[in-house]
Amino acid sequence: MKRIFLTLRHAQCIALSLLTILLSACVPVDLDAPIPAYDTGIDPNIWAQIPAGEFYFGQHEDIETTDAYEIMITDVTVSQYTTFLTVALAEGQVRIGEFKGQKAIIGYYPGDVFHGVKHEEEIKAGDWIFIPLDDPASRFIFNGTTFAPVPGYENHPMTNVTWFGAWAYCGSVDGRLPIEIEWEKAGRGTNTRPFPWGEEILRENANFYASRDPFEDMSSFGSRTSPVGFYNGKTYDGYATLNSASPYGLYDMAGNVWQWTGDVYEGMHYRFLRGGSKDTYDMDLRLWVRNNATPTYFSPGVGFRCAR
Amino acid sequence: MQLVKDRFNYLFNSTKGLILVAIAMIGIVTAIWGMLSGPMAEMGVREVVIKLLGMDIVQAEREGRIIILYHSIAMAIVAIETYMVTSLLKMKPFFKTAINAIITVGYILTMIFGMGFAYFGHNWAFHGLYIFGLSLIFFAGVLLIIALWPWNSEYYVTDKEYAHTKKGLDLERAAFFATAVTTVISALFGAIPSSYFGNGFEVFLAENVIRLPEKTTMEYSIIGHLHIMLALIGIMITLIIGRWLNFKGILHKVAMPLMILGTIVLNLGVWGVVTPLEPIAHMIIYVGATPSMFAALLLLIWDWNKLIKDGTAQIQKPNLGQKLRALVRDPLKFGPTWQMLFMNFTTSGIGIFMAIKLDEIFRVWPAREERIELTGHWHVLSAIIATIILLYYGDMIGLKGKIRQWYGWLIIILSDVAFGAVTIFEMKRLFITEAEQQPLVNGLMYAIDFGLGMLLVLLAVVLVWRLTDLFKNKGRWTEEVDHELSQEVTK
Repeated sequence: MKRIFLTLRHAQCIALSLLTILLSACVPVDLDAPIPAYDTGIDPNIWAQIPAGEFYFGQHEDIETTDAYEIMITDVTVSQYTTFLTVALAEGQVRIGEFKGQKAIIGYYPGDVFHGVKHEEEIKAGDWIFIPLDDPASRFIFNGTTFAPVPGYENHPMTNVTWFGAWAYCGSVDGRLPIEIEWEKAGRGTNTRPFPWGEEILRENANFYASRDPFEDMSSFGSRTSPVGFYNGKTYDGYATLNSASPYGLYDMAGNVWQWTGDVYEGMHYRFLRGGSKDTYDMDLRLWVRNNATPTYFSPGVGFRCAR
Repeated sequence: MQLVKDRFNYLFNSTKGLILVAIAMIGIVTAIWGMLSGPMAEMGVREVVIKLLGMDIVQAEREGRIIILYHSIAMAIVAIETYMVTSLLKMKPFFKTAINAIITVGYILTMIFGMGFAYFGHNWAFHGLYIFGLSLIFFAGVLLIIALWPWNSEYYVTDKEYAHTKKGLDLERAAFFATAVTTVISALFGAIPSSYFGNGFEVFLAENVIRLPEKTTMEYSIIGHLHIMLALIGIMITLIIGRWLNFKGILHKVAMPLMILGTIVLNLGVWGVVTPLEPIAHMIIYVGATPSMFAALLLLIWDWNKLIKDGTAQIQKPNLGQKLRALVRDPLKFGPTWQMLFMNFTTSGIGIFMAIKLDEIFRVWPAREERIELTGHWHVLSAIIATIILLYYGDMIGLKGKIRQWYGWLIIILSDVAFGAVTIFEMKRLFITEAEQQPLVNGLMYAIDFGLGMLLVLLAVVLVWRLTDLFKNKGRWTEEVDHELSQEVTK
């Protein structure tokens, strides 16, 4: 019996040690921790021209074709989106409201055709959430009439934006969300590369989970967004990046934030996201990887860019 | 020469030797390939391992690599369970020898050449040998079905303590038989679509297509295959543990018919996903899973009751504390059924919760979060089965006294710490936001890595001990060479 107690005592020690580690891990996170500010030199107002033609789509390299289109070379920034919101609020295109008990900016969406397929939810015409207003992870400030970026985040991708919010912004610039084949072609070009820049991924190529970029601290707040176009071959305070633009000159097509795409598929309300993010491992940065979520979903790791 | 011959005879011709080899193979693969993902990858260990071993890892082929890795480990587990079955149950010696020989060659070919193909350049001869290995395992499964045929009067039972029909048909043997038959059939649900997809190199992971409303029959078949194979490995280990512990009495008589019924219905449900029954397949699966899980619960009740009774036999009126001490007195006998119970907190319970809250919670999360839950819960289920095997193995190799206590309790505690942490990690979105989760994630990762890492260290210690034992002329291996597990069934 003595032997049992000895074992149990040691087991208790192990359990207590682990509990201590877990408890020490439950410290509050400073979401407003200072972030280094860098000018990447990449203009988020530029659109890339994508020619019509065939390309390799998906992991299994199916041949797909697109018409010619334009697509933003970066994700929509906090600065761009807050400007849009300020104008849209003043013009009455959006309003302050509530969505599922949460204070939010809401706006009209004309709805989708409902097919009644298993697990499909109906997206009716009406007001839907664009962005939450009180989420501590949001990177904008709102004084009741005007929206502005949190200092330091001006050139970071707009996050915590729902599919409806992304859809509305793209409409405001006479554009739309890129559909999946457009998004992938813009990132991949016409060969079979898994990443926008080529075959392999290094930490200096993109912002992904534990990629050791200057914006993350895995011991506290974890990974954070990087300014759009950060991975362009420049060196920032000694941190050298690799030029990771896609064949058509798009930045951040792998990592940083997941990007909403525009397809509304028959029989499902989910909207698809591409590109992986600061919160995913490198495998999710492969160009054909798909994620999806309900269109009301928002996250500090989700943004978008527009096409036209 | 005789020296080598004797060791070879032990390792490849005795039940305990064969199990030792398979455990060692799995241990090595798990230790090395565990360093290619998760925190080890974050710390840069993956890059070192890849360079050191000269691995050739192409990003586009990740899904295919992982499928081969899963199969390599799973086939070794199937082999271990097969060795246990052929050693625990009566069968003709020819069958025992043939099954063990074929499945051994099969899983070793699968593991060595499968991993060689997947991670060290694409030598297509290796791929052929990998497929040949899998085919041999399938053939060994067919032989096992023949060997287990329960309607042979030679295997009829008359002892009233064990479940049997009026004519004497051994219902426990019938349960083993039903599990073996359905396993072989279910293997086809993976093999046929794999031939189809493999031919066009269109591999996919099931967790990546969960939300697509329309799936092809072949995709459904793969999804059904991976679910049912793991469930059947779980059912088989439950039957094995029951036999080892000498499960009997009224609960045995109730449990065995339930186990047969559950196994058959569960399989019909899974096979149904490729038929017009697909819309109600899940319902059939639930109907089948319930009696199987209830049968496992009856085993647990019987085992714990027996442990308490045996442990308090000398005490006239044992109090609660004495009963609890008796229950946990032997971790190797208590552990397997405890792990089955713990499984309900980490896998079955989570699975049921997920099914109930599917549209309210899980499908509100992005697909990648749902994927974490899906992959997490079946990794835990697989690992729990592995720990049950290790607990039985500890008894098999005759661990006694303090070593038995340390070995057993470390397996239980370390694995449960890791599995508990995985479960919290899977469900974290219920109580913490993405923006605030990092410290919790770090803590959970420490717990997972500590638990699993130390478990592997413990396994390494046992394996080194067994290796050194092989160098002794009168080592423990000489005692084990002729032992059959049926001789060591609990009295």
